[in-house]
Amino acid sequence: MTALERPDGTASGPHPTPAAGTRLDRWLGSYAERTHGMRASEIRALFAVANRPEVVSLAGGMPYLEGLPLDVLGDLAQRVVATRGTTALQYGSGQGDETLREQILDVMRLEGIEAHPDDVVVTTGSQQALDLVTRLFVDPGDVVVAEAPSYVGALGVFRAYQADVVHVPLDAEGLVPEALEATLADLARQGRRVKLLYTVPNFHNPAGVTLSAERRPRILEIAARYGVLVLEDNPYGLLGFDREPLPAMRSMSDEGVIYLGSFSKTFAPGYRVGWAVAPHAVREKLVLASESAILSPSNASQLAISAYLATCDWRGQVKAFRELYRERRDAMIGALAEHLPDASWTVPDGGFYTWVRLPDGLDAKAMLPRAVTARVAYVPGTAFYFDGQGADHMRLSFCFPTPERIREGVRRLAGVVSAESELVSLFGTGGQAVRGDVQSPGPDLA
Amino acid sequence: MLGGSAGFPVPLVPSRRPTVHDRPPRGRHQEAPTVPHPVPATPRVVVLAGGLSHERDVSIRSGRRVAEALRSSGVEVSVHDVDADLVPALAETRPDLVWPLLHGAGGEDGSVRDVLELLGVRSLGTGPRASRVAWSKPIAKTTVTRAGIATPEFVTLPQSLFRELGAGRVMDAVVARLGLPLVVKPSRGGSALGVTLVRTAEELPGAMVACFAYGDTALIERAVEGVEVAVGVVELDGSPVALPAVEVVTDGPYDYDARYNPGRTEYFAPARLSDELAARAAETAVAAHQVLGLRHLSRTDLIIDAEGQPWFLEVNVAPGMTETSLFPQGAEAGGHHLPTLYRRLVEAGLAAS
Repeated sequence: MTALERPDGTASGPHPTPAAGTRLDRWLGSYAERTHGMRASEIRALFAVANRPEVVSLAGGMPYLEGLPLDVLGDLAQRVVATRGTTALQYGSGQGDETLREQILDVMRLEGIEAHPDDVVVTTGSQQALDLVTRLFVDPGDVVVAEAPSYVGALGVFRAYQADVVHVPLDAEGLVPEALEATLADLARQGRRVKLLYTVPNFHNPAGVTLSAERRPRILEIAARYGVLVLEDNPYGLLGFDREPLPAMRSMSDEGVIYLGSFSKTFAPGYRVGWAVAPHAVREKLVLASESAILSPSNASQLAISAYLATCDWRGQVKAFRELYRERRDAMIGALAEHLPDASWTVPDGGFYTWVRLPDGLDAKAMLPRAVTARVAYVPGTAFYFDGQGADHMRLSFCFPTPERIREGVRRLAGVVSAESELVSLFGTGGQAVRGDVQSPGPDLA
Repeated sequence: MLGGSAGFPVPLVPSRRPTVHDRPPRGRHQEAPTVPHPVPATPRVVVLAGGLSHERDVSIRSGRRVAEALRSSGVEVSVHDVDADLVPALAETRPDLVWPLLHGAGGEDGSVRDVLELLGVRSLGTGPRASRVAWSKPIAKTTVTRAGIATPEFVTLPQSLFRELGAGRVMDAVVARLGLPLVVKPSRGGSALGVTLVRTAEELPGAMVACFAYGDTALIERAVEGVEVAVGVVELDGSPVALPAVEVVTDGPYDYDARYNPGRTEYFAPARLSDELAARAAETAVAAHQVLGLRHLSRTDLIIDAEGQPWFLEVNVAPGMTETSLFPQGAEAGGHHLPTLYRRLVEAGLAAS
């Protein structure tokens, strides 16, 4: 409220002329430089509609939690507080609960990682680990090399630390080693400081592809040769549909890789528990950085997850999720083949997403309002690039809606694509006026 | 973002106890309405916010602001989305008044108000028929012209016409007739969604595609250069009164980001206008409010050109009420305490026959 307000509700006399206008933010001159690119995007506003049940949202990366034994989890949470409440509700270790760190080793062993509990740092979701690693390594202007496309939430963190992201192409077998080599060589010639290679090797978000076993050591070798630390982000690794997990890159290199894991996709994101495994010296700094950011990760969440891992058949639960998501993947791919023959898409063998290339001339961002009107939502491809590429792509998620809803969503999307194609051919151009982009994942887009 | 599939699951619960603002003071001109209704000491109001339009997010923010202000002035408020639970909830709780703060289709086109009428629930603001006229920018523009209000020359073209006649020919004719620059906007809708300022003929096709992503009909109007102002109008005691004009200055277009991300837009409330121009802007907004048959509150967007001529752009029957919105800024510039003003609007709604 302004100084002009009159609590008695009557109008004042002649209008005073303001000496200056207001930008409705008295701290405007105080913000850090890194905030200057922040925008209120129309895209985010459109996603507000996507939460309504009438809309088939193929946008969010939300796991299907109705698949969890919620009654059992409720009892567990109750027991944790009743029997270990003075620990669960107290501050904890900055590095994370020791028992949970040991259990995390069991989880990682499924992907061939042998580590020590001391190597693990528990974080508030792996998103916080991303933030901490970037804080430790990236000065403004430093280069982070990332896949093209890349996880929107990682790009948001890199942007916040004023990194420059350079994309390297993916193909059906993941990051292309030759392209990585060429990019790193080029950056070296320019004298650029490359600090991190950020990669999601399994069931990539958003591309859906997996880095082949054959390429993994080659990528590590190239990164090592150029002195670049690999940031292996692996939230989906256990969610493969057709085969056992491939060995993690961390299992091949203790010193060259920081590995990020998460319970968000294989269990429940609401607990906000993820972790990092880092070389010894890096891990020490990660703990210090985490303590300065959050003091300690939530003990209540850690103890609840620890109790779940100790007393429930979590491997069976992951298997159940894999079957559930495979059925949804099949529904998605089948519906795309039936309704969108002019588009092309990746066929993921795990995870949550397929990456769809639209027919020529279409811009996924410009088309989004029409999709929302037709009660279907997706994430436009430009969200997954640092540099405005990706307008002709969109990410479709099959994790949350049922197979019937997925088919209905794709059917609606086909109508949208057809109407937009007609419009674009009528005017001979794509729309350009939808401004802004998804700059951070949003809690349900991650 | 909102969580939960229920959308906006705020239960219809009693608000806080009435505060010192419970009894609003009577303004000098406040008179008893011609058809008096007993106004309860603690009116029970349902604020409608959300809906399925592209402006859902803005509507939710508007709804929260108004609900909070009303609570602090002793009104019992609940906020409800427009969903399958709404009709049973209204039937069960029988609120004294519904305040629709819906932006975009359904909320501003009068259809939700039609349903409220069917249910026999009283609502604040413009009735369904006048809402329908105001919601369509071309019809509103044509209507205000009859009252002698100037509005930029325009054409209204459905997408199908471009297909039938050839997009290039139609666009050439538009540019030949209206000149450049032009503003392309969906014929219905708000928050500048789908709106593009077109400076060259080459930009027109992209602007058309962006516009038609939001709706089937485009309004293309001659862009008028000048001071951009918004003038709120309130009816507290039966006759419409203009609030001080709010002037908007942006670096770049007054687009979605400029509207809702504080910092990019500079607001002058009241606008930096001479007394004479301020009076003309106020008269124009009141005249638009009257000729369009609007009720209780509205906001008219104008551009005042170098000759001092106010040009009518559009009118909003459910103006935005967010932290950065223009109507509340104008109200405060007019010396109004927002909770008291909103309560007085509620009382005006309750008193209306």
